[in-house]
Order: sequence, then structure tokens, then C-alpha cells
Amino acid sequence: MSLQQLASQIQDTFPVGLVKVVEWRGDLAVTVTRDRLHEVAQYLHDDPAMDFDYIVHVSSVDWPDDEERFEVVYEFYSIKKRQRIRLKTRVPESDCIVDSLTDLWKGADFMEREVYDMMGIRFRHHPDLRRILMPDDYTEGYPLRKDFPLRGKGWRDTFEFLDETAR
Amino acid sequence: MAFEDQRTTVYKVDPAHPESETLPTLRTEELLLNMGPQHPATHGVLKVILELEGERLVKSTPVLGFLHRGVEKLAEDGTYHQFIPHTDRLDYVCAMYNNFAYCRAVEKLMSITVPDRAEYLRTIVAEVQRIIGHQFWLGTQALDIGAMTVFFYCFRDREILLDWFDELCGARLTTSWYRIGGVERDLTSSLLDKLKQFLDYFPPKIDEYVIFLETNRIWVARTKGVAVISAEDAVSFGLSGPTLRASGVDYDLRKAEPYSAYPKCEFSVPLGKNGDTYDRYWIRVQELYESVKIIRQCLEQMQDGPIMADVPSVTLPPKQRVFTNLESMIQQFKLFSQGFDAPPGEIYCGTEAHKGELGFYIVSTGGGKPYRLKIRAPSFIHMGAFDHMSRGYMIADAITLFGSYDIVMGECDR
Repeated sequence: MSLQQLASQIQDTFPVGLVKVVEWRGDLAVTVTRDRLHEVAQYLHDDPAMDFDYIVHVSSVDWPDDEERFEVVYEFYSIKKRQRIRLKTRVPESDCIVDSLTDLWKGADFMEREVYDMMGIRFRHHPDLRRILMPDDYTEGYPLRKDFPLRGKGWRDTFEFLDETAR
Repeated sequence: MAFEDQRTTVYKVDPAHPESETLPTLRTEELLLNMGPQHPATHGVLKVILELEGERLVKSTPVLGFLHRGVEKLAEDGTYHQFIPHTDRLDYVCAMYNNFAYCRAVEKLMSITVPDRAEYLRTIVAEVQRIIGHQFWLGTQALDIGAMTVFFYCFRDREILLDWFDELCGARLTTSWYRIGGVERDLTSSLLDKLKQFLDYFPPKIDEYVIFLETNRIWVARTKGVAVISAEDAVSFGLSGPTLRASGVDYDLRKAEPYSAYPKCEFSVPLGKNGDTYDRYWIRVQELYESVKIIRQCLEQMQDGPIMADVPSVTLPPKQRVFTNLESMIQQFKLFSQGFDAPPGEIYCGTEAHKGELGFYIVSTGGGKPYRLKIRAPSFIHMGAFDHMSRGYMIADAITLFGSYDIVMGECDR
């Protein structure tokens, strides 16, 4: 099935809830509203014409200027049909929670935990939502958010350096 | 005495014994054991909390992040060219393949076509790196189980290839030889000779490793039928590489989405049947033979030609010109300090590294730096299946299990 056919089939199945479908550089990306995420994912996983049985990665992007600030990105692959799809959804900062897909792909467990750890997006019905790469008692926020500084945060900044120009 | 703990169970020592009714009861409870992060067999700084019943694993919880250096955050601070040396430090045992995967992702973003000779060079070096990776894996896996000879034999042969890398790019491990749009330098005639010599020397050595391991009854008993995962579960967990193919799933990106010079080479993808530790070993050994085949074919087919794509706005000028020509120096300087202007958009590009699918998801909003760069690290995803695969086996099997993932914590924790 070509990417256009795939895109139009998803569009036909979900006339509402689909925000946009983008094809760029041979990648197909489908953005859905947050409340339809699990439903669309279930269709992609279960429908024999889709058959996306393999989870590639779960990621997140921070767009601080947008109203719906965070973007959760899932990438799936179908081993039998040899095709890829990217499923995205947006969440606002005030209520950043989406439905977990761990019931469909077991591998989503660790990947969603990483997204939670790095971006602070929570996943509803996730069996074990804890930090994974940062320490459990880490309280300084979520490192991959854009308002987390790229440099100069931590114990090194508490040092009192001698001001060399003043001497 | 009343035990409030839910996990405490009380039972008779031997219920079949005729005097069982009058015997005192023995209290058993599950034991929590911290393995790592300073355990020599955990391949770095992996920590796993094991819940044990006797010597059986009831549950195991991997505790990751001891080597977390924030590579994805660092990527947002540098230009695309500047990130190449960072990829060396992901999977520090096999830096070349990380460079390769990253450069391919950026080339997809910029839609650059790499010249033919560069593609062949890339494939040759990538397969040499695969041999190094599998040798390293085979040696350490055997050492974890106690077969020390194989470890020495593998590292002896690995040393030849590391010296070859040293001559190729000046570093044994942190190589940074791949460039966006091509490679840094061509193979010299001395390098070609050494590689050809190695290709003749190596296949009998693989047979030697195999004899050492498969005639070792302890090693066979500890790998056959241990840590089995079904094909369905392996796919659902997102396992990749030899770990997935051991369960019989035919998924190899070199075949599924052919890239570089792989479509021009003939090679087979070995598949396992049982999905146990032995099959994961067997696949890697077969891949050693296949890698030798691929390198031979590439060396035969390779023609002379440029080794860097001719896209001056993106690719670096040849090093020789940088030292002698002012414009080339300015070009190099601008590419590293400001970067090239990437089009806004997002791509995912996966590459079949020797551990599994190493992918880069890059979001660009234009400009010289990636807006977001996500690394799909196979080691991290394999650890997600650790609990599922280890349940019911012995503590000692846990060691062989994460040995059989070929786990490197630099990549797992990023």
C-alpha cells in the first residue's frame, strides 16, 4: 500500500479527530486529537489492513509558544507490510496527560516512562509511571523542556569564582 | 509470632513426609537483591533490583540512568556537524555505526545523495565495525559464563581491526570518520591490503570460537533454552537486531529498507527458531560470516570516484584544501560555527546497527541546529523486555540474559 492510500484509508476511517496528515521525505505523519489517540492506535494495531505490530519509538517535542505546548510522537512499523507511520498528538501544559498505549505494544512501557521523565507528560493507565533516566528524587523539572537551561544549572553555579577582571 | 508481610508464605518442609503434620513449619520470604551498578558482569553501570524466591527470579526491575549525560539536550546546542563526535559516545564499543546512523538521518533531512564510492566505503567500514561489535560481544558473553579462552581469542582478533581503524582515522574507539554527505578520507593501499589479509585470516578463527564454545558443555547448558521470548512478544516489545531475529522474525533494515551499498551485495539474514540465548549467539556468529562476505563483495565492486557529495552548502570541503585555500577554510568555519540551513520538517531514519535498529528522529525548524533530536537506542528498548524475559530463571541466567542483548550503557542511558 502506498503512503497516499494509507493516508486516505485512515482519513476515511476517522473523519473526525484527525488534525492533519503530512507526508514529507517519505515519512507519513498523522496528527490526531488527544481523545482519539488510543482509538486510532488500536485501529493501526488491530486492523489487518494496517497491522502495525512493531513500536519503533515514543518521543516528545516541546513547542513553548503554542497553546497546546507538547507533542507526543509515536512511530510504528509493520513487519509484514513493511511500512511506517508516525502518530502524533498535542497536549496543553495545564493538563499534559494522554492515554498510554502499553496495552497495545508492551515496549511502550519504557519508552513512555522516558517521555514522562524527560518532558513531564503523564500517561493514563500506565502500569509503572516513574522516572527512568533521572533519579527518582529529582525535583528540578524536566530536562528536555525548552525552558530547562542548556547550560549553567546545578552545583557548579553555586561556586564563588574569583572575578579576575576586578583585580 | 505473626508476620504481617504480604509476601511471607508459610509451608511445611516436606508435605509428603508421613510426619509432616507434626513437623515445624519453615517460613520463606522473597529476597530483594541489588545487582549492580558496580557489578563487573553488568557491562558498565546497569543496576537491576531482583526479587528472588530461592534462586528463582520473581521480578526484576532495571534501574537505568547512571550514565545519563543528556546527549539529546546537547544536540539542541550544537550544529549538525558538531554532533557527530557525540554519537561516538553513545555506543562507545561501536562508534562507526552510530556515526553512520546519524549521518544517514541528516542526509535524509537534507535529501543528499552520497556518491557511489562513499557508499561502498561506508558499507565496508560499517561491516568491519559489526565484526568488532560481535567479537566484543562474543568475548564478554563467554567471559560472563566463565569460558575465558574465547574472550582472549576474540580480543586478539579485535585488536587487528582496532589498529586498522587507528590507521584509518586516528582513533581506535571514538572514530568520527563518517561525515554528512560522505566520509572523511579514502582507504589507502596499505589499509586495503591489511583488510584483504584479515578477510583471509578471519573465517577460520570464527570456526575456532564456535568449537571452543559448542564443545563446552557448561556453556551450552547455560544458553540453550534460557531466557526464551516468543516472536509475538519480541515484536510487541520492539526488540530489534539479532535479539529479534533469534525469535524467528525476519526484520533486518539492510533488507527491509535497503540503504548504502547493501542492495548491491548478496548476503543472507540468519533467523533463529527458539528465541533463547543460544539462538541469539548463533545469529551473531552467522552474521560474522555474512559480514566477511559483504566486505569481499564491496571490495570487488568498488570503483574510483569522489568520497563526498558535492553540496557545498552542507558538506565539508576536503581537509587538504582547508589548509591551503582561504575560501575552503571560510566554508569549513561557517559550517561548524553556524551550520547549514536545514529545511523545517521532521524525519525518522533507522539503521541496522549490530545491536539492533539505531534510529534518529530529528525535528528541524530551519537554521543550523536541530530543534529536537531523539535517539532510538536498541539497548534501552531491550532493557524494557528484561523483566518479561528473566521471570522464572535463575540469578545466574540474568547475567547471560543481558549479556545476550549486547547491552552498552552509554547507549542505553544516553
